[in-house]
Amino acid sequence: MIELRDVKKAFNQGQHNEYWALSGISLTIEARRVTALRGPSGSGKTTLLTLIGCLARPTSGRVSLHGRDISGLPERFLTEIRRKTFGFVFQQFNLIKGLSAMENVMLPAYPTGRPHRELKQRAEALLDRLRLAHRRDARVEWLSGGEQQRVAIARALINDPEVLIADEPTANLDTALAKEFMAILESFGEEGRTVILTSHDPLVVESAAVNRVVDMRDGLIVEP
Amino acid sequence: MTVWFEKQRHLIDFTLASLIRRKGRNLGLLFVYTLLVFVLASVMLYTHALRHEAAVILEGSPEVLLQRLVAGRHDLIPPGYIERIGTVRGVQQIRGRLWGYYYDSVVKANYTFMVPEDGSVAKGTLVVGPALERERGLARDNGISFRAYSGQLFSFTVAAVLPQASELASADLILMNEGDFRAFFAYPAGHYTDVALSVANPKEVRNVANKLANLLPDSRPILREEVQRTYASVFDWREGIMLALLSAAILAFSILAWEKASGLSADEKREIGILKAIGWETGDVIRMKLWEGGLISLTAFLVGFVAAYLHVFRAGSPLFEPVLKGWAVLYPRFDLVPVIDGLQVATLFFFTVFPYMAAVLVPIWRAAVTDPDAVMRA
Amino acid sequence: MSARPSTLAFLLLGSLLAAFAACFTDAVWLRAERGPELVSMRLLAAQLGLSDLALFTEARYTRHPAQADLHSGFQDHPLALEHFPSGSLMVPRYDGLVREATTPD
Repeated sequence: MIELRDVKKAFNQGQHNEYWALSGISLTIEARRVTALRGPSGSGKTTLLTLIGCLARPTSGRVSLHGRDISGLPERFLTEIRRKTFGFVFQQFNLIKGLSAMENVMLPAYPTGRPHRELKQRAEALLDRLRLAHRRDARVEWLSGGEQQRVAIARALINDPEVLIADEPTANLDTALAKEFMAILESFGEEGRTVILTSHDPLVVESAAVNRVVDMRDGLIVEP
Repeated sequence: MTVWFEKQRHLIDFTLASLIRRKGRNLGLLFVYTLLVFVLASVMLYTHALRHEAAVILEGSPEVLLQRLVAGRHDLIPPGYIERIGTVRGVQQIRGRLWGYYYDSVVKANYTFMVPEDGSVAKGTLVVGPALERERGLARDNGISFRAYSGQLFSFTVAAVLPQASELASADLILMNEGDFRAFFAYPAGHYTDVALSVANPKEVRNVANKLANLLPDSRPILREEVQRTYASVFDWREGIMLALLSAAILAFSILAWEKASGLSADEKREIGILKAIGWETGDVIRMKLWEGGLISLTAFLVGFVAAYLHVFRAGSPLFEPVLKGWAVLYPRFDLVPVIDGLQVATLFFFTVFPYMAAVLVPIWRAAVTDPDAVMRA
Repeated sequence: MSARPSTLAFLLLGSLLAAFAACFTDAVWLRAERGPELVSMRLLAAQLGLSDLALFTEARYTRHPAQADLHSGFQDHPLALEHFPSGSLMVPRYDGLVREATTPD
């Protein structure tokens, strides 16, 4: 489904602090599977995730989605693809403070212009499924870490994306909450959603919910 | 179309929810903004209406006034002048006016004594202006005495009070009989204060004035249009003073608004990054901010303008009437006829709404074009 | 959750726009009501030969600012349109100077 060919990514290119985060990645990610990128910090796994999720463009190499090359598209089209295809769960959750859980969940769907009623129903259903229905009008900064993550997951699903991308999803959670997250992840696998996540947490990468683990180090894929 | 509309509604929902988060700050800004529009609009509406009022009333005034000058000062028109003016071609109607000032130390005010040409005021009686009615408590058939400049005391009865509706032109007037006037001021017979004349062809007014100046070198013709122009200048001048005083406030507000609108906090920058990461386009972020600026400035403009309208035309502009009208002992009380200059309103709209929207937009543009992956890297 | 914020915003803006429009309607109405006063003042001005408004009566030379003296509007400086700005901003101090020996009446 997603294919990367000799993808390289440099930051501050041409400056004295030039830094190559990825130095040649070729990888195919299959649809309807849970793929985990594993590696120490600085191995380039988050950078790779931003390239897959159309948040950034590679310095060289090609990224294609459903066989279509998307690495050279202008920002407008990238944004549209990102909105339709990917849902993001960030390590810091990145919820917007001061807004309610409900409003945060609906946020990614605002630019689509979908009817408010429909949107609200979908957000309610998602919150319900993630056992957050009772917290929907609470401001997100009043929620616990686990609740905040579930709001972030609901937000990632509002546009019903094919692919869910999660960056270090368990880094800010204790064991019990991490297990809960894995249970949610498992349900996604069962319903046939593509999930790509990064982690170095054994609880995640060794879980049965994960179909495939890709090891990374120094911007390269390490064959096991 | 409905998708577009729904999308704009979503953006408005979001921008309002964000505004409500900093309720105190945003309401404070809105209040100051509204107040500023209110004051500016009040000044504009008031002076424009007053200028119009003066222009309309003065249309009834004589086309040319002729004064005689002695050593550069106003002097009486001696006998024979009126006949000589009659020889000038184009002059239609000539009348010698009799008027003078009288200082009343009881109310510490100046009255204008005047003789109506039609002789409608009987001997021994007065017709007084509405301000006198108010200040001296005069009513029909009351008696009143004035001590003339000669020291002699004169008594009159009030025959009538001029209608209150004409107060803007007649507040301080005292109309009297010609004989009474000449006796009261010891005015020499056959002399007049000045001469009012009308001209047959309006296009000839300037020519006639030139001929008069040549015929009577010691006199000065004053044209109606000059008087009207002077009044327009006086109100412009007062409006100018008011706006000059206000400019400090405008400047202070501009700084406040600029600081608020253009200074993007780290939190706001982060939020824009998040929005972009979860699928908002740069254009969506900018549209959202445009709505924010538009809603705030439009609300401020509309509330300010409506309040100013009510203040000026319904409440009699109590707030800065003295500054625009000037103070006076015999203050005319009058209701302005609401004449609104559309161009002025449009100018006010342009200068209050657009700068604010620009101030909102500039920093957003910079923040919105940053890469969306910034949130992941942080 | 009650009404959507955008609904409230539209309602607010709508009513403000209506109030804005109402100002102009009210102006038409007031013009009709107060217009005759203006006409009667113009008639009075024509009848009496009035050449000035009764606005600035603070001193005798201000009642007829256009005519007190040659160039009175510009008396001391070509740009000094009204050379008693006190009229706009403050009332002169009254120090009790009596200009007449006895008051009338």
